[in-house]
Amino acid sequence: MSEAPSYLSPTGHEIVFLLLGVVVVGTGLLVVTTRQVVHAALWLVVCLGALAGCYLVLTAEFVAWVQVLIYVGAVVVLLLFGIMLTRAPIGRSPDLDSRNRPVAAVVALATAAVLVTVVVDGFRHAYVDLSPGKGTAEEVGVAVFRYWVLPFEALSVLLLAALVGAIVISRTDIRGR
Amino acid sequence: MAEVLDLAIRLILIVAAFLVLPLVIGQTEHKVMAHMQSRLGPMYAGGFHGWAQLIADGVKFMQKEDVIPAAADRRIFAIAPAVALVPYLVVLAVIPVGPGLVGADLNVGLFFVLAVMGVGVLGSIMAGWSSGNKFSLLGGMRSAAQLVSYELPLVLATSSVAMAAGTLSLPGIVEAWEWWWLPWQAIGLAVFFIAGLAELRRPPFDMPIAESEIIMGPMTEYTGIRFALFMLAEYAGIVVLSALTTVLFLGGWHGPVLPGPVWTLIKVFALAFIVIWVRVSYPRLREDQLQKLAWVGLVPLALLQLAITGVVRVFTA
Repeated sequence: MSEAPSYLSPTGHEIVFLLLGVVVVGTGLLVVTTRQVVHAALWLVVCLGALAGCYLVLTAEFVAWVQVLIYVGAVVVLLLFGIMLTRAPIGRSPDLDSRNRPVAAVVALATAAVLVTVVVDGFRHAYVDLSPGKGTAEEVGVAVFRYWVLPFEALSVLLLAALVGAIVISRTDIRGR
Repeated sequence: MAEVLDLAIRLILIVAAFLVLPLVIGQTEHKVMAHMQSRLGPMYAGGFHGWAQLIADGVKFMQKEDVIPAAADRRIFAIAPAVALVPYLVVLAVIPVGPGLVGADLNVGLFFVLAVMGVGVLGSIMAGWSSGNKFSLLGGMRSAAQLVSYELPLVLATSSVAMAAGTLSLPGIVEAWEWWWLPWQAIGLAVFFIAGLAELRRPPFDMPIAESEIIMGPMTEYTGIRFALFMLAEYAGIVVLSALTTVLFLGGWHGPVLPGPVWTLIKVFALAFIVIWVRVSYPRLREDQLQKLAWVGLVPLALLQLAITGVVRVFTA
């Protein structure tokens, strides 16, 4: 965290970051407004890819490629598999919107407002030094296994519990008592 | 200026390798398969043992009519081949051929390669869905299921190498390589190569394209240049898989007498030959056998390899 330069003379990094941010927000909107289910999943690919680009601009290389590997390579593929297994018509489906549309918009805007206010309020004068080499695998590994071991282990136990739960639910030969 | 020139030369070399190597492997497949089946294969195009067969094929593909089915989702149908092909080109940029001979040395090169290769499979899922054909849809679904199951052993096997070398950079891994890694990482090598074959949907893991059953799956409706791009993606995939196996498990440019880049190429072509050999030798795995192999066979083996690597690493450190 160093002294913040003026907002009026953006550097190349900042411009690229802002453009990527615009792509993320735009494709995010397309995901929820498109009338074609599979297109929504594919817009999600672009959205998550642009987010990985944001991480790259912030020199967090490791996080960026893990984002692509896990979200684009696995989560979206699983999502597409699920859609194709159940219902994936080509063309528009008119029944994709429910009457909750205005409520959903209000909730989304309110959440965004809260998050933006908190972030702006918390980091108003913070400025991240973008010298390369701070987001390498080594740095991330040292941080995780030296300072964040407990949350890391707690998360792995949580994931294990979810895994066991998924197996119990999907197996028909295990009955509840 | 010298930097720009250096970068330009590297990019040109990578694109040249991307255009030439898949064709060489494709031609080798024609000839090797033919001889294994007591045939001659292409003999006329270009004169000497039909060396120009694939160039002639390419010209034929380009002249064909570009058909898009009426029921297809036109835009996605059109971009799917590019999504399938481009990732392999990008991956080639970070594969080291000799000491210092690499497009770009990324600090997290290993993760980059795995991440980008995962994107390539989206191409065949998109093609399968957008064709508006039930065989294609089945193929697309099988591709997705196969990718999800085989990504895990692939990542686990590569993590074992990264642990052994203590780095995620591909040139760094080759530099750290010693001959005794061959027995040490043997299980990882087998798991990586088999899972990689499955990710490329090459026989015997070609359930998603199974031409005798679902008629090439995602590619059923494709003709002309777009179909050619899918074929090119398949052979580029073989190049990338062989090169990655070479770099991660076989010591890349290490080898006696001959210069480094020659050794890399020898190893890559030996592995590509095995890929072709396996195609000719083994029958296709059924969908349930395919899933079982990944979850019951490869994942536990990869975990075992990870444990062995960890133990040896701790005792030798």
